Amino acid sequence: MAKHETPLLSQLETGPWPSFVSDIKREAESRAKNEKGIDYQIPVDACEDLLGVLELSYKHGRTHWKHGGIVGVFGYGGGVIGRYCDQPEQFPGVAHFHTMRVSQPAGKFYTTEYLKGLCDLWEFRGSGITNMHGSTGDIIFIGTTTPQLEEVFYELTHTFNQDLGGSGSNLRTPSDCVGQARCEFACYDTQAICHELTNYYQDELHRPAFPYKFKFKFDGCPNCCVASIARSDLSFIGTWRDEIRIDAEAVKAYVGGELKPNGGAHAGRDWGAFDIQKEVVDLCPTKCMRYADGKLEINNKECTRCMHCINVMPRALRIGNDRGVTILAGAKAPILDGAQMGTLIVPFMKAEAPYDDIKEKVIEPIWDWWMEEGKNRERLGELMKRQGLQRMIEVLGVDPDPRMVQEPRSNPYIFWKEDEVEGGWKRDINEFRKYHKR
Amino acid sequence: MDYEEAKVKITEQLTKKLKTKSKFYFNDLAKILEMKPREAKKIVNKLVENGVLEYWSSGSTSMYGMPGTGKQASAEHED
Repeated sequence: MAKHETPLLSQLETGPWPSFVSDIKREAESRAKNEKGIDYQIPVDACEDLLGVLELSYKHGRTHWKHGGIVGVFGYGGGVIGRYCDQPEQFPGVAHFHTMRVSQPAGKFYTTEYLKGLCDLWEFRGSGITNMHGSTGDIIFIGTTTPQLEEVFYELTHTFNQDLGGSGSNLRTPSDCVGQARCEFACYDTQAICHELTNYYQDELHRPAFPYKFKFKFDGCPNCCVASIARSDLSFIGTWRDEIRIDAEAVKAYVGGELKPNGGAHAGRDWGAFDIQKEVVDLCPTKCMRYADGKLEINNKECTRCMHCINVMPRALRIGNDRGVTILAGAKAPILDGAQMGTLIVPFMKAEAPYDDIKEKVIEPIWDWWMEEGKNRERLGELMKRQGLQRMIEVLGVDPDPRMVQEPRSNPYIFWKEDEVEGGWKRDINEFRKYHKR
Repeated sequence: MDYEEAKVKITEQLTKKLKTKSKFYFNDLAKILEMKPREAKKIVNKLVENGVLEYWSSGSTSMYGMPGTGKQASAEHED
């Protein structure tokens, strides 16, 4: 029988979706039986108590957790989030129940053997409950006691060749899409740059000195599978600056029905024959495509990389050959000022190892500016809003570019300075009044 | 500024403010040291390494304090 009665939680299990309550109950049962004979290092009934405290929170309509604290591993200011229960007598198994963030492998590739190893470690030294993956992408270990933190960290670094992720006012664990490992749309090696910057900026990842959190995310193409444009302070999105490569034979094959559009993704229903005009050309947001006499043409200068045509006909249309990244800055979720999407700051840049241009001309100048002028708990996007995009452009030392404008009058950034204008601001007011009455 | 001088300055200033607060943002420390953030960070890292300062994190924001000060230490039964 369960240690605590949890009728409210049980109700959550009755919905049609998979329930975390069932998962925790299963883990609680498995710990109680202990068929593998594990020498559990935190209370065996941690999961039972976790359910108990959650039930109580539902009953009271308020939390019984306190989060934050001084706990961590030696030398690191992030990666561990202290969590304490404010009813420790009633729920001793979760009196101390810290979260550990483990850096995910680039592209979230790991073998099942590796995954089993991580889970075994966490059953032994933690609650056994994990979150694969947290919103930043980390592997989240949920719930352990203070003495286990260093032990888990030692095992992670020595046995699993893995590090803790970022939390607090740090660089958060950089995250990327699967990239060139599996995706033909990837315009640069997302995993390589993600891994390189994770290693290169170790100090920023582990020792907090930023005004607030800072996130990098890497998308291989404008499909933006990791949604870097909406979720990261600095978003790297793959693009190309030459032309979409057209395979005329494959276009014919799509039109003729030999190739299934969208990789056969909408095959569950009969949508009729593929209509290239209706399903591709007419849907182009910049109307830069034409299909006539069995020939598809693209005016590449007008293309805004929406990816629709490439997604529909991947065998016929391919990304260009001159590839690199577009960099956007300042996206964030709502806390102050509401959610913000990234603002374009670098239209195109090559992304080749060792990424010196990206490090020295983009990342570090932005950090220097934000660290000096950002207020406490101010995200980069808020600083950009406060001081203006023009200031951001000055920091980067780049020329304003029409592509930085979201839409006309939305984010005007060109304010001429007197020394930039021939003749300056001074004028002869009497001469002016001759032609312009008050 | 050398490490010893910085240590004295930080300890003095933080002790002075202890009555009103025990946790400080990184920027507060950089201001006390009158240094640019990147330079200040090198010293602050060392102060943490040597146990003069300790990290405090809410999970989203990080702060610095002197070990054993503030309510948190006793609340965590770790003082």
